[in-house]
Amino acid sequence: MNEHYYNSKDLAKFGNVVDFQKPMGEKFFAYYGEVFKEGELSAREKSLIALAVAHAVQCPYCIDAYSTDAFEKGWSEGQMMEAVHVACAIRGGASLVHSVQMMNKVKGIGM
Amino acid sequence: MKSLKAQHSNLAFAHQQIEIIEHGQTGDSELIPFREKLYQTGLYPLKPTGVEIFQLNIGKMCNQVCKHCHVDAGPDRKEIMTRETMHQCIDILQSNPQLKIVDLTGGAPELNPNFRWFVEEISKLNRHIIVRCNLTIILANKKYHDLPEFYKLHQVEVVSSLPSYTQDRTDRQRGNGVFEDSIKALQMLNEVGYGIAGTGLQLNLVYNPAGAFLPPSQAALEKEYKQELKQKFGIEFNSLYVITNMPISRYLDYLISTGNYETYMEKLVNAYNPVAASNVMCRNTISVGWDGFLYDCDFNQMLELKVESKGQHISEFDINMLDNREINIGQHCYGCTAGSGSSCGGAVA
Repeated sequence: MNEHYYNSKDLAKFGNVVDFQKPMGEKFFAYYGEVFKEGELSAREKSLIALAVAHAVQCPYCIDAYSTDAFEKGWSEGQMMEAVHVACAIRGGASLVHSVQMMNKVKGIGM
Repeated sequence: MKSLKAQHSNLAFAHQQIEIIEHGQTGDSELIPFREKLYQTGLYPLKPTGVEIFQLNIGKMCNQVCKHCHVDAGPDRKEIMTRETMHQCIDILQSNPQLKIVDLTGGAPELNPNFRWFVEEISKLNRHIIVRCNLTIILANKKYHDLPEFYKLHQVEVVSSLPSYTQDRTDRQRGNGVFEDSIKALQMLNEVGYGIAGTGLQLNLVYNPAGAFLPPSQAALEKEYKQELKQKFGIEFNSLYVITNMPISRYLDYLISTGNYETYMEKLVNAYNPVAASNVMCRNTISVGWDGFLYDCDFNQMLELKVESKGQHISEFDINMLDNREINIGQHCYGCTAGSGSSCGGAVA
């Protein structure tokens, strides 16, 4: 095993996942390619969404890839940071909104 | 900011640049040689498809000092094409009708004192003329304010750099105040009909990345540029050319000083596109330096790699020999074959 769990050079080896399971890997990459094509959303818009999601799922490979991709596609530093704040707000909100359950429970058991 | 030459930088010397480009910063580059890639693609040795474009670099003097400039141009550069060399170029055009396009570049070509005379003479030969205008020159001095009319008179195609439709990115690459002046200059060009449908006056913009990354899709970016420039500034233009930055001169200096050199080169190599390789601009272009020497392209010119032909100077110009020469290649050529490819006319694949 590597000394570190994450190695930036491993990003370039992403395609190698087909080595262990070809049909599923190939289907995934075909789907992935299709998703990021120009569609009702532009490839540029999709790149910014991917950047935000990358932060939400805290994937260092995805953050590396989509920081470059979004910047290449012309998003400014400010716009990219706002996208990360959107991810952050949703993640934070997801925790906080569950407090309604906590409140319901406490109200249910309290006097 | 001064040119690398004025700063007495090592990278002002072509042989120092070639050393790094060919062997890496530490001399142990493991990148696949460009020659080998071409061989695998069936394109080695790289041969011309027939020279049609006569690209003339008429001087390294420029009113701007852009961070990515492969010419290392700037106000402190004094190299300029003489009228005598220009006469030789005109003679070559007269005797070689296959040279259909004359592409004038620099520096800022307009700073050559014989620029207008030269354009007028070429215009008499009925050739398509391209001027690579940096836009800000139009506002740099009162004597340049009428350039849009002058270009119109000679039906010159204007090709101008604008690395972003936002001020921030443009000024970071090209210097403070460049965006504002570029916008004013584009509006002046629009006023005389440049970029306006139906006028036939071609105004094309050039995008190149403001950093150590590759350009995005030309078609998608052109759409955004058109929308943003129209909406915010009322500006219209014909096409957007997307160009990859070459690891030469000031851009090489930028890559090295920011620790991006090796990664950028890897990126170029990994993005090698055989289709782009077969359409590289050096196959139909001859580049002439300010002193009349001949090169395969403006990049080889800056690396002082003269054509592999018996006649290496405009005074010995022989189109048949040039059409049959072997094009000089190096690791920098990956810049023209990455992704959708890159040329003075944008993407090639």
